[in-house]
Amino acid sequence: MGILEVKNVNKNFGGLKALSEVNLSVKENSVHAIIGPNGAGKSTLLNCLIGKLIPDTGSVMFDGQSVLGRKPHEINQMGISRVFQTPEIFGDLTVFENVMIPIFAKRDGSFRMHAFESVAHERDIVEEAEAVLADVNMLEKRDLHAASLSRGDKRRLEMAMCLSQKPKLLLLDEPTAGMARADTNNTIDLLNQIKAKRDITMCIIEHDMHVVFSLADRITVLAQGTPLVEDTPDKIKGHPKVQEAYLGEAA
Amino acid sequence: MLGLNTKDTWLLVIVALMTLFAPFLLNPFPANSSLAQFNAGYPDLMQRFVIFGIFAIGFNILFGLTGYLSFGHAAFLGVGSYAAVWMFKLLGYNVVPAIILSVIVGAVFALLIGFISLRRSGIYFSILTLAFAQMSFALAYSVLTPITNGETGLQVYTSDPQYFQRSGAPDIPHFFGLEMRATETLRMGGWSFDINAGYYLCAAVLLVAFYMAIRLFRSPFGMMLRAVKSNQQRLNYTGLNARPYTLAAFVISGMYAGLAGGLMASMDPLAGAERMQWTASGEVVLMTILGGAGTLIGPVLGAGFIKYFENIFSKINDGVLHGWFGFLPDGIENVLVTVVHPFVGKGWHLTLGLLFMLVVIFLPGGLVEGGQRIGKYVFRRRGRKAGGAEAEAARKQPAE
Amino acid sequence: MDAILLQILNGLDKGSAYALIALGLTLIFGTLGVVNFAHGALFMIGAFCAVTLQRILTISYETVDDSRTDFLGNPMTVETPYVQAWFGPETGATIIDWSVPLAILFAIPIMLLVGFVMERGLIKHFYKRPHADQILVTFGLAIVLQEIIKYFYGANPIPTPAPDVFSGSFDFGVLLGFDPGAIIYPYWRLVYFVFAMAVISGVFAFLQFTTFGMVVRAGMADRETVGLLGIDIDKRFTIMFGIAAGVAGLAGVMYTPINAPNYHMGMDFLVLSFVVVVVGGMGSLPGAVLAGFLLGILESFASMTAVIDLIPGINQIIIYLVAIIVLLTRPRGLMGRKGVMEE
Repeated sequence: MGILEVKNVNKNFGGLKALSEVNLSVKENSVHAIIGPNGAGKSTLLNCLIGKLIPDTGSVMFDGQSVLGRKPHEINQMGISRVFQTPEIFGDLTVFENVMIPIFAKRDGSFRMHAFESVAHERDIVEEAEAVLADVNMLEKRDLHAASLSRGDKRRLEMAMCLSQKPKLLLLDEPTAGMARADTNNTIDLLNQIKAKRDITMCIIEHDMHVVFSLADRITVLAQGTPLVEDTPDKIKGHPKVQEAYLGEAA
Repeated sequence: MLGLNTKDTWLLVIVALMTLFAPFLLNPFPANSSLAQFNAGYPDLMQRFVIFGIFAIGFNILFGLTGYLSFGHAAFLGVGSYAAVWMFKLLGYNVVPAIILSVIVGAVFALLIGFISLRRSGIYFSILTLAFAQMSFALAYSVLTPITNGETGLQVYTSDPQYFQRSGAPDIPHFFGLEMRATETLRMGGWSFDINAGYYLCAAVLLVAFYMAIRLFRSPFGMMLRAVKSNQQRLNYTGLNARPYTLAAFVISGMYAGLAGGLMASMDPLAGAERMQWTASGEVVLMTILGGAGTLIGPVLGAGFIKYFENIFSKINDGVLHGWFGFLPDGIENVLVTVVHPFVGKGWHLTLGLLFMLVVIFLPGGLVEGGQRIGKYVFRRRGRKAGGAEAEAARKQPAE
Repeated sequence: MDAILLQILNGLDKGSAYALIALGLTLIFGTLGVVNFAHGALFMIGAFCAVTLQRILTISYETVDDSRTDFLGNPMTVETPYVQAWFGPETGATIIDWSVPLAILFAIPIMLLVGFVMERGLIKHFYKRPHADQILVTFGLAIVLQEIIKYFYGANPIPTPAPDVFSGSFDFGVLLGFDPGAIIYPYWRLVYFVFAMAVISGVFAFLQFTTFGMVVRAGMADRETVGLLGIDIDKRFTIMFGIAAGVAGLAGVMYTPINAPNYHMGMDFLVLSFVVVVVGGMGSLPGAVLAGFLLGILESFASMTAVIDLIPGINQIIIYLVAIIVLLTRPRGLMGRKGVMEE
């Protein structure tokens, strides 16, 4: 039984079948990648995983609870953190504040009226945030405006924000989309470091096959809305169906 | 001190000292000198400084932190005033219950209007708040006349019950016997200073309100509000629900507005619907932007600035202008008077509009940003060595 | 039945004004992406163009008429407008009488100029700024414009009558077979409605059938793409702003006989027009027109005594109430497009 269970999910848009009979199981403490060519239904699946889209049939269970129809903050409070295609951070706030907010959210829930306490006096949170920043080597940038960071640092900060919540599942939506080769490699390194340092469950939605081969424990290949195969990276590499799906796209 | 860091404590102390000595600071010119018209130390005006200061501080909690631009905040000020006058009519002239009720009523109205308006953001939110405020204004003028006394405005009549008005108590608003109107005039040489009870009550309330605002700005709650403004998408996916945060900010700022309305009625037991009109809402937007939205001291500065110049500018007439330029040859004098004339006296709003445009165009951070720029310029000229550290420090405190 | 017809007619003139102002507002919003709080001021400036023309036409010289005496027994001074001296008393008087319709010709160049100057001088620099900044700076501009008018024309409303021909009323009752006097409608309001329809059709035809309009519509749909095509969209947008200003100005010119213009009439109409735009759907031209007439007519229905007896005060708040309901149930307005003003 995986931590994230997708069962018999179907989704149609008008007459268009976006997803048909998708079954997926993400095991705890593993890195699971979902790859597929353009139009394979990756974004639709992602939107089902975060509750934004409700499938016509089927279920999406996380940690024994359905995620369907839940609001983003509820999804997060269930234990899913999300990394976006382009880093989403609080640009007007300092790097340190950026990291403190998710820790507050983890401790206090989706809303708390702590209007008369002082941020500076929350020793636990300050220490935890410092540890998180040290973890990604950004401690010396703590007082900078997040908007002034380089693109790579923004990605790093976003990752740190997500990890600071110690999520049960980290959801990454094409984390290297539109990146130069060097940035892509840096991101892969960062993810590998995270994987090596702690027990974590990651689910990566990716277009680029090469990104996930060094990272994933298991890979699901999606094509035309259906999972084609699910296996280890080594087996996927040589799989004829996968070749066909990707070559078919290239041709 | 009081749970504030050194810098904030200093800010509070400075504001406290300024409000405490305002009657002296604002009357720097001898009473019968020609410059006496620039004195602002009379009770009526000083009360308005602090009351609008409170109003603007509250507005800033919403607009400055969350970025939600409300164009209907005057409605809360208006209902606060009505609530206070009703307390005078029913209970008696003590201002304490009046002020308490005005805050509660402001909160209730803000909760109602905010609950609905905050379902939308951006310009739609502005239009919704505007629509609600205009509705309240129109209703106060027409159907609700039994409660608001329509165009005449709500006031206290001798026939009103005033159940708790004791026989010896003053027949005007008072604070446990201390009349709000009570003024002691100190004369020192050519100078005269008005020490007014109402002003000091308002000033005390302002200090409490300001202190609460500092605490709020430095609290996790304040940080979340700034996060709402910065990136709502990220906030949601971080597990925080933006709606209750913005609603709480809206209600708090509504309470500040209600408080300001209550104080206004306590200084002069009258409440009229025109206080709720959207131009009045525009005024508090102006004050906040002019002073510096999102900063602590900005709204207070903006409120003081606008109220001061409104009073002083609108008093300058052609006679005064001729007095100023009298030393010049007649031709030049007349030209100057003609040029300046449209901007002063009744033309004060023209100056205000121009000023407002200039600030939004060139100085989006308001007077506070202007001050910082001047400070930085002076600092850079004094020594380039330490400049980097200072710039860093300025960036550290975006909310200041 | 006759009462319903009467209310619909009554709503038409206000509805026309709402529609015209809202049309310009949404045009500016859709093309330039700017929320213009100074648009009401343009309406007001238009109205004062009519006032100005009337004043210019009635500039007079004095002559002494020895044959008559005033009440003190002195020879009477007679003021004769120059127009009458130049064109003869009859024609001159007619010209003065027709000053409001003539002001249309007078107002068009002025409004275009005001629009161009405003766009080039101020609005242009706010395309990339947040909507809150746009609201604030145009709000400041509206105050300035209104104070300038107040400085020159004073604070009191200035009556500006329509030509004598239109001063009467038309009895629809007789026409439609109801009792005479059941539906009486002033001629000028009818003129206003027809005029508004003509201007609205003109704007739509311009956008629909000219290449210029086509580009502008493309720009409204997708600004960046049009910019990428290498079309100088900026210049066209300036012209669009001028046209929007012109439409608001003409609405103001023709409105003067219905309501004597004063310096704050722009602000009064602006708030309502914004509500109209939001109800119609931000950036939707047909939506603005539809919502303008709809709200105008609704407002006039809400003013019926029967309705007020039923729900007191409804006439004062109906427009806002409708706006609130529409915004909450259909955030994009009646005819709004997806993706406009959505974060």
